[in-house]
Amino acid sequence: MRFSEEGSVGIVTTQYFTFAHPPNEMPLDSGEKLGPITLAYETYGELNEARDNAILACHALSGDAHAAGISADPSGISAADIGFGAEGKGKVDRSRIGWWDNMIGPGKAFDTNRYFVVCSNIIGGCRGSTGPSSINPATGRPYGLSFPVVTVADMVRAQKHLVDYLGIRRLLCVAGGSLGGMQALQWTVSYPDMVRSCIPIATTARLSAQGIAFDEVGRQAIMADQNWHGGDYYGKNTPLPGLGVARMLAHITYLSDESMRQKFGRRLRNREKYGYDFSIDFEVESYLRHQGDSFIRRFDANSYLYITKAIDYFDLTNGDGFLSKAFRNVKARFLVISFSSDWLYPSYQSKEIVKALKANGIDVSYCEIPSSYGHDAFLLEEEAQTHLIRGFLAYTAAGKDL
Amino acid sequence: MATTVDREIAAPGLNGRVDLRLICQLVEKGSTVLDLGCGDGELMELLIRERQVKARGVEISEEGIYACISRGLSVHHSDLDEGLEDYPDGSFDYVILSQTLQAVYKPKMVLLEMLRVGRLGIVTFPNFAYWQVRLQLALRGRMPKTGDLPYEWYDTPNIHLTTISDFLALCRQEGISVVKALYLSGTRSVTLFPNLLARTGIFVIQKRSPLSLGEG
Repeated sequence: MRFSEEGSVGIVTTQYFTFAHPPNEMPLDSGEKLGPITLAYETYGELNEARDNAILACHALSGDAHAAGISADPSGISAADIGFGAEGKGKVDRSRIGWWDNMIGPGKAFDTNRYFVVCSNIIGGCRGSTGPSSINPATGRPYGLSFPVVTVADMVRAQKHLVDYLGIRRLLCVAGGSLGGMQALQWTVSYPDMVRSCIPIATTARLSAQGIAFDEVGRQAIMADQNWHGGDYYGKNTPLPGLGVARMLAHITYLSDESMRQKFGRRLRNREKYGYDFSIDFEVESYLRHQGDSFIRRFDANSYLYITKAIDYFDLTNGDGFLSKAFRNVKARFLVISFSSDWLYPSYQSKEIVKALKANGIDVSYCEIPSSYGHDAFLLEEEAQTHLIRGFLAYTAAGKDL
Repeated sequence: MATTVDREIAAPGLNGRVDLRLICQLVEKGSTVLDLGCGDGELMELLIRERQVKARGVEISEEGIYACISRGLSVHHSDLDEGLEDYPDGSFDYVILSQTLQAVYKPKMVLLEMLRVGRLGIVTFPNFAYWQVRLQLALRGRMPKTGDLPYEWYDTPNIHLTTISDFLALCRQEGISVVKALYLSGTRSVTLFPNLLARTGIFVIQKRSPLSLGEG
């Protein structure tokens, strides 16, 4: 197994932590309880003696615990197979490289020579953590829709158990993009004494109507699939076409008009003239179908329903609209990053976060990185993000703990 | 009104930015400072080191933001012409606008916003009535280019060039009082005919409060 790409954390193995065994199940926002809970996680770098160099990286909707390096599991299908970054980088099989490998590693933005980086899969997911496709120990069958609805705060509550278990009293930083950014923000609000700094990227403090709308179309595509069977499809035909359509739609929202024009334009796929039929004519159609096909091989349709619901419910203001109140007890310092062409989580939503933090006198830096990649830029614009994150972390680490 | 400049302060060095040294001297130790158009953060770093201030910056260029953050400074990516609405009234002791006033679209609005957000404002700008500038326009009939104003007319960021006299007139018109004024020509302080002989004006300003009595 040869892997020597510079700046890589090398071969990594996913680990598992199980907690909340009955009768000590973990309470959820919905009022229900969940347990036992397993979280899949990976770690990179070394936790120092003072245990103050730990960074939690939070993943987005389709991500997983495998954030960096190359997976020891040869059958693993990586979440890195997303966006334009998936192609033509290095000689290594992309399918086994972590989803944020360009940002986490020796000498990278999250420098594993200096920091101990943890990435955990979220509850409700399907990549090794407890979710609707897990076996319900009470019945011996997969949960399906009997799995309780979880929120971003529940995901973070579960991560807190893992962080405690790893012996980390205080995180140097919590960082993530998109849903990962929501988790990062939630951390600073739920556990203000445990977070020294936060880097929310391409995210929002409350999902917009547009965001909810796209999520709902994705869910409807899954639930309209005749194989879905009210979520009870495990061991039978699975609602793959519905999940594929959900992914194709969502993927469009991660790109931008400009990036699609640059990459595909109106180019035809393997033909000189229109086919005058409904097979694939255009490159962009082929690309989206590939995205749908590769996604359904690694993702569970019910998890897609649960996670998009958690994203829809995310609202740090708890509905009262006053974001500055939500940050009242926050103690972390912040680096907020948005991207100029991100229309799913537009910059105004990041600025709203910045404004509310400032109203509380919280130390916050903000940068809108110019990019044509759309929402996916948080996975692709490594150079600009590295400029920002490296310095921010170095000064946070050097700063006095107050 | 002009103050004598310390010999030591006026000594060349610090990349020729004597005005930064002077601003530093004007800022009280341990105060809070917002630096508008903070660039790469040179002034903020100086203020933190020399005056132990709590400093925040606002900058429009990504390069400036990257430089500030890699220096450990807190900086906000924003356009001054959109105002300072993120900042509550009176949230800083000083708001500084160093060599930036002439480059904004709405200089008056920016000045008023400064004095809403800060107790005191510190403004520096190149004086367009400096004798060399006047001579170039008068004798050659060409747009002036000097050390402080090195750009061609067609690609200059300086879209609202002003003179010391015009600035003071605007202050009078807007009810802004000048607490202190320093005039510089290179590293030397100018006391006579500043609007003719000073290359740079440095002003400490504040909103004239209708309630405050006994102020000159």
